Amino acid sequence: MPIILVVEDSPTMRQLIGFAIKRIPEARVIEATDGVDALKKLSAEKIDIILADINMPIMDGLKLVSLVRGNPSYKNIPVIMITTEGAEEDKNKALAIGANAYLTKPIQTQELMKLVNSFIS
Amino acid sequence: MEKESGIAKKADEFLQIFKRGEEFTKDLIKENEKLRFRIAQLEEAAQQAGNEEKMRLCEDRLKMLQEEIKSISERFAKVEEENKDFASKYVEVETENNMLANLYVASYQLHSVLDFNEVLRIVLEIIINLIGAEKFALFLMDDKTNELVPVASEGLPLNDFSKFKMGDGIVGKVAREGESYFLENASAASPKEIDTKNPMVCIPLKIKEHVIGVIAIYSLFTQKSSFSNIDYELFNLLAGHAATAIFSSKLYTQSERKLTTIQSFLDLLKEKPRK
Repeated sequence: MPIILVVEDSPTMRQLIGFAIKRIPEARVIEATDGVDALKKLSAEKIDIILADINMPIMDGLKLVSLVRGNPSYKNIPVIMITTEGAEEDKNKALAIGANAYLTKPIQTQELMKLVNSFIS
Repeated sequence: MEKESGIAKKADEFLQIFKRGEEFTKDLIKENEKLRFRIAQLEEAAQQAGNEEKMRLCEDRLKMLQEEIKSISERFAKVEEENKDFASKYVEVETENNMLANLYVASYQLHSVLDFNEVLRIVLEIIINLIGAEKFALFLMDDKTNELVPVASEGLPLNDFSKFKMGDGIVGKVAREGESYFLENASAASPKEIDTKNPMVCIPLKIKEHVIGVIAIYSLFTQKSSFSNIDYELFNLLAGHAATAIFSSKLYTQSERKLTTIQSFLDLLKEKPRK
């Protein structure tokens, strides 16, 4: 049963991503509102994939990725960034820090599902 | 002498019989030859007839198989066509599903809160995350002055936006006529310099035919190359649902305030006799 951590400050996006993820058999979604909240959830559950926004209050997505990659317990968890930042340099920056994939908003559910499934399998 | 001639006669007779026997045997051999030849001929004919029959059967079978192959290929082509049809229908259903999920989430979120500022935040969130607008503003109608007043914005400071009189400019016209405005080739026209009087998309917020405000979009995110069907559906949804959500939250906030005032009055009245 894959556990997917959705890190988003927008409830609308959290609900939309949750909707898409529900279609993956037996997948469970855990929600976090920012990077700090995500780190708490990471220590409490065995997360399989992280879907994280970049622009969030308290701790942004890039900081979260760098902390995840620096922690031996979480460093192998795939991270997919979902953001409004569409510039190539933003994408390259996120990938250089350690994100595995980069999706821009508005998201295409099929594209997100394909990506998540590729990391689950 | 007589005895000798009798023996000669008998020998002659025997010779005659022998010769006849010889001739008869020769005839038999000849006849036998003929019959063997005839049998060989008949056998050959029978074999040929058998081969022809087999050949005919083979040809029939071949024809049948060819027809079967033809019908199978026709069926395969049909199934392939159906398969393509199903694949395109699947994509359509997926897109529809995506669209319905977006609309459901947007409408659910809009009606999930009663606080006016929360509703405004959700409207902004929907426009950013589901439509992909970078710079936009939300104007609400001030019934006292009949002006559209900017109440929330994204990408630009709120004080960059001025008030619009009913019918004034694109924003004012959309509010007066209640019809959405889309700049031709809007998606490709995200300008560098924003003119707050000239939005690329302008959506009236309507409760039935009564316009309570306007959403004006000035630019889209770089990754947003064009508007899709879902964007227009979201615009329609915003036009109705955002309007009712904003209106009801405004009423709720007002009633809450009034309730607090009335409660204070009541408390005051209750306190007076004691003094």
